[in-house]
Amino acid sequence: MGSHGIKDQVAIVGMGCTRFGEHWDKGADELLVDAAEETFASVGVTKDDIDAYWYGTAMSGMSGMGVARPLQLHNKPVTHVENFCATGSEALRNAAYAVASGAYDSAMAIGVEKVKDSGYQGLVGAGKTPTDGTNRTLTAAAMFAMCVPAYAKKYGVDAEEMREVLAHISAKNHYNGARNPRAQFRREVSTETICASPLMAGDLRVYDCSGVADGSAAAIVVRAEDAHKYTDSPLYIKALSFVAGNCSGNADPDYDYTSFPEIEAAAADAYAQADITNPRSEIAMAEVHDCFTPAELLIMEDLGFAERGTAWKEVLAGTYDLHGELPVNPDGGLKSFGHPVGASGLRMMFEAWLQLRHQAPDERQISTDRTIGLTHNLGGYPGEMVSFVGLVSPELG
Amino acid sequence: MPYRRLDRADINAFFGSGGGRGSRSVAGYDEDTTTMGVEAARFALRSAGEGAEPDALWFATANPAYLEKTNANAIHAALRLDQLTPAVDTGGAVRSGVGSLRAALDGRGSVLVVTADTRGGLPTSTDEAAGGDGAAALLVDDDDEDAPVIAELVAAASATEEFIDRWRTPGEPNAKQWEERFGETKYLPLGEQAWNAALKAAELTPEQVDRVIVTGSHARAIRSLTRRLGVAQEAVVDDLSATVGNTGTAHFGLLLAGGLEAAEPGQVIAVLSLADGADVLVFRTTDAIASYSPARAVAAQVENGGPLPYARFLSWRKVVTVEPPRRPEPDRISAAVSGRTHDWKFAFIGSRDESTGALHMPPARVSREGGAVDEMEPAPMSDVAGTIATFTIDRIAYSPSPPIVFAVVDFDGGGRLPIELTDVEADDLAIGDRVEMTFRRLFSADGIHNYFWKARPIRAGR
Repeated sequence: MGSHGIKDQVAIVGMGCTRFGEHWDKGADELLVDAAEETFASVGVTKDDIDAYWYGTAMSGMSGMGVARPLQLHNKPVTHVENFCATGSEALRNAAYAVASGAYDSAMAIGVEKVKDSGYQGLVGAGKTPTDGTNRTLTAAAMFAMCVPAYAKKYGVDAEEMREVLAHISAKNHYNGARNPRAQFRREVSTETICASPLMAGDLRVYDCSGVADGSAAAIVVRAEDAHKYTDSPLYIKALSFVAGNCSGNADPDYDYTSFPEIEAAAADAYAQADITNPRSEIAMAEVHDCFTPAELLIMEDLGFAERGTAWKEVLAGTYDLHGELPVNPDGGLKSFGHPVGASGLRMMFEAWLQLRHQAPDERQISTDRTIGLTHNLGGYPGEMVSFVGLVSPELG
Repeated sequence: MPYRRLDRADINAFFGSGGGRGSRSVAGYDEDTTTMGVEAARFALRSAGEGAEPDALWFATANPAYLEKTNANAIHAALRLDQLTPAVDTGGAVRSGVGSLRAALDGRGSVLVVTADTRGGLPTSTDEAAGGDGAAALLVDDDDEDAPVIAELVAAASATEEFIDRWRTPGEPNAKQWEERFGETKYLPLGEQAWNAALKAAELTPEQVDRVIVTGSHARAIRSLTRRLGVAQEAVVDDLSATVGNTGTAHFGLLLAGGLEAAEPGQVIAVLSLADGADVLVFRTTDAIASYSPARAVAAQVENGGPLPYARFLSWRKVVTVEPPRRPEPDRISAAVSGRTHDWKFAFIGSRDESTGALHMPPARVSREGGAVDEMEPAPMSDVAGTIATFTIDRIAYSPSPPIVFAVVDFDGGGRLPIELTDVEADDLAIGDRVEMTFRRLFSADGIHNYFWKARPIRAGR
């Protein structure tokens, strides 16, 4: 028994990512085709060269035919995966494991979500299972809002400082997104604007919440030893970890809403797989699940980027800014991209793909001698979530 | 009694007519006659003591949440009564409340009589201003050491005649009334007849009646009749019209419950109700009333109301429709799922790991601590108080009355549940506040009401 990971066994050799936004003129099928075609072209392969497909979508399709039909795949295995907001990352994890197993030479992970067809702001449409009506009906914004007073109280941060911290996170991500042509929102937003925006839930304002967008992204993975047949600059998978929470935070009075234990556990597993002992000093950049600004704050501590109770100071000190010590969400994050559930994890990996291979546009290319990139998703709410952590590097060993 | 109060002056301020002095009680947007009936029944059983277990449940209301389907079943489920205990609706008309009590007193075995009503009328009408919402439950039984009788029936009498005074056809929201004087001429002789017959059967003179409760659905007749009963003015029990309003089917019970709370041993308490006839019940309190301690006194509930703006009252009563949050409305609940989870949904029963004590809400088969499987005992949580661990206000989620106020509640003795709050002033809320559970209607879809529990602040005196 043990979680051994697949360090340096599998490489990403090509990626694609659509612009995220309100694609009124495109459905899930068209977005999938866009992402797939860009990805095939980045490697110089065709759909027939890929042996198997993993398809991530939470609410825009069912079954592998959701990819086989729009791409017109002939006699290919396509696996539909869903794991809340980590769905895109879950597609990558499973595709990579299939290649590592030796079952296939190559596989594509492709994620998509068509969110803007519902007619509502925010994510709707999931969870149509018949119920007894006793389930909670709160929005995600309200659930994450509960972390704000809890964190502030535990660590003695006053309300004004807390607002400043959250605004800094939002402003940072919008600053980065303004430098990304694929982002949904490409404007810098001042902390004054953020703090004056309408209240949504608890202390969270509009600019503390991620946007709502359609989008698609994809990656092709092959065995590490084959990687240079496809590209001069592959990205090697160092770790892929996943934790599905048992929802104990909803039932256990010891849970205090100042951390996400599922993320801490997923990070510990990933760091062990990749032999990382000090993430704060070893990781070059991180794409994390900033669905709401307090989530990003707590994630910094859960991932070991800050000691417990200190991330708020690091945020204010600029540690996670684009040119800070450990840039977080250099592509703009969910804040700038919105959150097409099935695509987000692969969109994050796309930024690691660009940054670690020095292919990001100059205006947001980070400069560091570190080589490890981290991507992270959470899906669910404080007390009940799934979490993914992935680690990649352009270097073996 | 619901928490909210409408200041009648607000009606006049809004329309330039109607309203009046004082306030009326208003059922929350998440309350109906069934949920208020559950609350009253819980208080009644708790007041009666450990040994109280009715042989039957009767529910009377003029404003049922369902027709065709028995509303008493939800009350039965919330109280977790024995499956062999019948539950029936006796309602439809205002008189069904006092009539059910009389039938229970005349019958055999113990009966929990639950009455509830929500009263209203067109904006600016007398019915809108003078009506009230509330519920009352009375447990009728033989004397028992664990649950002693606090008042015994001495005599009862009724008078009945067909005439048209108030009426409402099914589906109509508001009742209509014939010219007032006509009803008064009918009610006065009926009331006197029943009153005299009851006193004769009780072998009492009017002066020997210590407290008299006069209520019913014809305010003018009530006033006139009260003057003719031959009782001292001090003996007449305040009918709560200035603070609560007339709660229709439930009002005789509400006043009787309040009257009993204030009574001493050996007192004679008479109830006279005018609704399509006259019903008189004469009780004498027993020695046991000296040690009677109501779970929640009527007087305390009258005191502890919170204001409700008239505009919100109109919205709750669906007289005006306000813009909802742009989120999907909920789907109807599944009868099949509710059918297998009713102990949780209606009675709020979790499960407790027999070895570790870990509490699970909703109940679980596998313990979150230790991993035991199917080694759980039921954990009834509806009467367990809790403390707010953290809370938030959701301005964008669907609610029949946004915004949703939501808290993570840690229950005394273990257990946690994130749950919606109600009867709450959001601005006054703080971490550490104490809450209690209350049975509510979360929403309705496809005509199916979704009943479940919420938490509400424990207020001083309640």
